[in-house]
Amino acid sequence: MTELSPARFNEQAAAALKDAPLQRALGNMRVGFIEKRRKAAEKLPEFEALRDAGVAIKTHTLAHLDLYLEAWEQKVVDGGGRVHWARDAEEGRRIVLDICRAASARTVTKGKSMIGEEMHLNPFLEAHGIEPVETDLGEYIIQLRRETPSHIIAPAIHVNKEQVADAFREHHTGLPPDRALDEGPDLLAEARTQLRDRFIAADVGITGANFLVAETGSSIIVTNEGNGDLTQTLPRVHIVLASLEKIVPTLEDATTLMRLLARSATGQEMSVYTTVSTGPRREGDPDGPAEYHVILLDNGRSDLYGTEFQEVFRCIRCGACLNHCPVYGAIGGHAYGTVYPGPIGKVLSPALMGIDAAGKLPNASSFCGRCEEVCPMRIPLPKLMRHWREEEFGRKLSPAAVRRGLGLWAWAVRRPALYRFGARFAIAGMAFLGRRRGHLKALPLAGGWTAHRNLPAPQGGTFHDLWRRRKSNRRRDRR
Amino acid sequence: MSAREAILGALRQRLDRDADDGAGAKAVAERLSAHGRNPIPQRGQLDRAGRIGLFEDYAAEADATVARVAAAGDVPAAVADFLKRHNLPANLVRAPDADLDAIPWDSQPTLTLEARKAEEPDAVSVTAAFGGVAETGTLVLVSGGDNPTMLNFLPENHIVVLWADRISGDYEAQWAALRERYGEGALPRTVTLVTGPSRSADIEQTIQLGAHGPRRLHIVIVDERA
Ligand code: SF4
Repeated sequence: MTELSPARFNEQAAAALKDAPLQRALGNMRVGFIEKRRKAAEKLPEFEALRDAGVAIKTHTLAHLDLYLEAWEQKVVDGGGRVHWARDAEEGRRIVLDICRAASARTVTKGKSMIGEEMHLNPFLEAHGIEPVETDLGEYIIQLRRETPSHIIAPAIHVNKEQVADAFREHHTGLPPDRALDEGPDLLAEARTQLRDRFIAADVGITGANFLVAETGSSIIVTNEGNGDLTQTLPRVHIVLASLEKIVPTLEDATTLMRLLARSATGQEMSVYTTVSTGPRREGDPDGPAEYHVILLDNGRSDLYGTEFQEVFRCIRCGACLNHCPVYGAIGGHAYGTVYPGPIGKVLSPALMGIDAAGKLPNASSFCGRCEEVCPMRIPLPKLMRHWREEEFGRKLSPAAVRRGLGLWAWAVRRPALYRFGARFAIAGMAFLGRRRGHLKALPLAGGWTAHRNLPAPQGGTFHDLWRRRKSNRRRDRR
Repeated sequence: MSAREAILGALRQRLDRDADDGAGAKAVAERLSAHGRNPIPQRGQLDRAGRIGLFEDYAAEADATVARVAAAGDVPAAVADFLKRHNLPANLVRAPDADLDAIPWDSQPTLTLEARKAEEPDAVSVTAAFGGVAETGTLVLVSGGDNPTMLNFLPENHIVVLWADRISGDYEAQWAALRERYGEGALPRTVTLVTGPSRSADIEQTIQLGAHGPRRLHIVIVDERA
């Protein structure tokens, strides 16, 4: 498999549209998530007020981010935990490795962590002789298939049941090859048994964090399976991977965001397990890790503070913007070629990977605005995509043809008389070409558009003409 | 320069603040100690009976089963009942919790209980909840010598004893109770909010119970303190 890359978005998206198993899997998603979120939001009259409160919490926290991070760090240290700051993925990986080595770790269990994905942690650990075992069922499936997550909360959403069975037969050797693996429960039971032994054998457990709480120095994980709790309790060492923006001031603030998270993500009232962890095992505790470490990753984030992109740090990674995105729904997550797909990925990836690497992505949008409508944190995703487009344009990275076309238009638009003349001329030409069918099958210079759809032939003159006519009509009405 | 200094320095520069900005520090300290409340859903703001009823409804919606008994003395029978219904073994592992110690387990001679932490392959565990939240039918479980964490996760069947007077309308009341028990800004090593039994929808978006944690969650609500 060639490596996925945002630079090859167009090819990857085209391939995804033709991928029949993927299209079947995406069909399951499109109905489920949207309906469930709508019902959950409607059932809670305070939902909109909670969204406003959520925005206010994050806005306040981001404005005092340095101070909250320091307050949180102090609490972690007081409670016997350790905080490690990492400027980039490489630094983060090194810290994980050092902790694992000090613990003489051979196996590491992992709860789902997007920061772990951002750090490309698994291949790194493998290269250093440490076996990472993903424990979230979806993550486990894609680890066996040697894939990356295609959704931030449902990493194996692109995989069908039969493909899961194939992966289990290939990897769970030592079981009867003719065993039944046709149904979901067979698959779940087998994964549960296989992973139970791994949980108990692991030397280090790595989880992500949905929130960090400054008031208590805690990390919070949210799961439905309970894998995160087994991961962080059974091994001797617990490592939390988090990024700067996960911090919230108090337990009450975390609660408000929790009320939004599950409803927006899966339509549940609440996820099954929400665990607030504070430091290592206490005196008298019969279980729990002896060491508690948090790795706090920057990875390009601090560069965005104080810019118009800061709003993206309100994101609570609920996935609603992916679930409601027509582009994501059509091509799935892999086509983006980035750790974070969908609308949030389009805004975050150019920041994390650089605009040269991911600058194409913000263009892959119809700007329908559904992502912003459902985003619990009211992040203006389309506006931010537009900002990236502008940046990309400013840096002359968009294809030469687009630049030339827009350049010509900009030149003409500043010369109104000429523009009006040119537009009337073009419209007359197009109306002539499409006079019989009412649409155009091909248009010089617009092959990219007309290759996949017909362009309606313009009717009724230029926008300027229509506007003028409308205005004079309205004036007549008022009289 | 350490990574810590570099990151904090970059943030301060971006946020246009020097390290010892007095106003910001004051705002942060106030917020951290005030425990200010954000909007709280009305639906849990009910009297005691209403809260218990709402808790039962939402717990059931999340696929937990609920039994309600009058007093601690009735808990063993409710537990035996649950075991019989699901054809489960009568040897249980339970949390060494003082309230559970006080339950007259001998009243059900078929039950055998061991008070210890969970081990493989324990099939059924009994623990005591710190509290419950009516708003979503959520249990509040805290770790400690009396309630080892893994009892809540390893066995396939988890029975939780919850005293009715610990059911609040919202989560905020539970945080306040935790502060009272453990002190300001302090928490036990883990506080776990549990809403229903473990599940996964990772295979074709179809929900299946019992992913890594318990397949069954049974809550016994005790109306009166023993
Ligand atoms: S951008 Fe909004 S909708 Fe998308 S994952 Fe983040 S919080 Fe959810």
